Amino acid sequence: MERRPPVQTILVYAAAAVLALAILAPFAWLVVMSISSASDLSSLPLHWLPQTLDFSRYVKLLTVAQHSAGEAFLSSLRNSLEVSGMAVLGALVVGIPAAWAVSRHRQVGWSIYLAIGSYMLPAVALSVPLYKGLHALGLLNNVFGLAGVYLSILAPFTAWLLKSGFDGVPREIESAAMIDGARLDQILRRLTLPLAAPAVTTAALFALMVGWDEFFYALLFTSDERAKTLTVAVADLAGGRITDYGLIATAGVLAALPPVIIGMVLQRALVAGLTQGGVKG
Amino acid sequence: MLLPLLAVIVAVIGWPLINTVGLSFTDAGLVGTGGNLVGLANYARALRSAAFSGAFVNTALFAFVSVAAEMVLGVLAALLLDQEFRGRTMLRALMILPWALPTIVNATLWRLIYNPEYGALNALLTQAGLIPTYRSWLGEPGAAMVSIIVADVWKNFPLVALIGLAALQTVPADIKAASIVDGAGAFSRFRFVLLPYMAGPLMVALVLRTIEAFKVFDIIWVMTRGGPADTTRTLSILIYQEAFSFGRAGSGASMALIVTLIVTLLAAVYIAAIRRNTLRA
Repeated sequence: MERRPPVQTILVYAAAAVLALAILAPFAWLVVMSISSASDLSSLPLHWLPQTLDFSRYVKLLTVAQHSAGEAFLSSLRNSLEVSGMAVLGALVVGIPAAWAVSRHRQVGWSIYLAIGSYMLPAVALSVPLYKGLHALGLLNNVFGLAGVYLSILAPFTAWLLKSGFDGVPREIESAAMIDGARLDQILRRLTLPLAAPAVTTAALFALMVGWDEFFYALLFTSDERAKTLTVAVADLAGGRITDYGLIATAGVLAALPPVIIGMVLQRALVAGLTQGGVKG
Repeated sequence: MLLPLLAVIVAVIGWPLINTVGLSFTDAGLVGTGGNLVGLANYARALRSAAFSGAFVNTALFAFVSVAAEMVLGVLAALLLDQEFRGRTMLRALMILPWALPTIVNATLWRLIYNPEYGALNALLTQAGLIPTYRSWLGEPGAAMVSIIVADVWKNFPLVALIGLAALQTVPADIKAASIVDGAGAFSRFRFVLLPYMAGPLMVALVLRTIEAFKVFDIIWVMTRGGPADTTRTLSILIYQEAFSFGRAGSGASMALIVTLIVTLLAAVYIAAIRRNTLRA
């Protein structure tokens, strides 16, 4: 490795410290707010560190009681899990065969660009007919209706990520099995899918993050605890009249935990996926 | 095998999009019957209205400033992370955090930081003696847009940094070393040795971020809902209000399609950039 003059080394460390602080400080503050007492958060001058640790909001949000903040929060958590889970499953079901087909047959390569193009469409361009459609089907404020709409985002996205996964599985293995007399569906189930399993898992986790993050359609198409998702619940808290900022911060911390954990796990795949064709913005 | 995906694309993307096109020529409301054909009147009104051009300017301003800042900070952070120093692996891992944070939680976090009465930014700046009294960062025209851009840049520059870093690591070590031996200055080293390797991936990041920024809704909805005095009202916010708050579905549809046209042009650039990247790889 190159040798650096000492001045440059100092500069590198100083810059690294500034970058680390810039990344960490807002996060740390969110966590500190969630465990500070209301009086610490409203003190002037502000107490940067809590005088006493207060975990009561975590208890409040995670226990069910009639008409409590916890009841609303937990139902939105369940709705988010259901909607994202169903949408990811659906996206895999339609995305896997399509991605395989595009990966093996160049002449249908146009469809992946169709998928990318449709993924990029602004949600506002689809929202009114989707609203009217869900209304007509009686699926407004319904987790199944919302999951169906999420397919519009997740199916093209998943197919696109999976395609490069299948590109990594050599065709020769498939043609060898074909010569041995295996049927196409057997080859796909027993050979190709297990070999592409890491790529499928990665795509599913990314899709889960995207579904978990979605806000616009959830805001439009849900109205109460029967279907409202976590992002809408957090936005309600942030924009509502609640004066306990610690409670808002706690909801934020809890909503952020699953994607942050997935993000840490997926680090390497993320960077590879990004340069070949973007993930989410 | 493409059929399931194509069916989904037609059902939840193609059909709504065509419907939106149809709606844009009518004076239809959100609920009830189809409305009357009005030809191009919606488009003409949108293009002439001060609200639409104001929202267009806000959107372009948001997209241009935040994406430019994300690219510059991202490249600088990538160059830093490409250096040898203790804790480098840890710092790289940290860069995932803002990206993984759900957009709604990010918006909520910064809304709390900017709080006019108890926010951390006010506390920090007054305690450091930089401002005499607390300010309403999201309540003042001008400051509100800047505050939102800061929050957006914080979440998204790490993504650009990770893409840039991945590109830098493809530069062969002997080329990096040779440019130092040749005595190239820091800037010309970046411009003529490193930048050619980063240009392709950074182009992908640039277009992807521009598309996302042009569609911006979530962060603004949570932080200001387009206020104060419509100074942060972007196109997506305006269309949401037009179609869903005022129930003018036809007019909202025409605006949404104008945005779609812009985004489609950006997406075409994006797809061209990916194709060039994958061909090279």
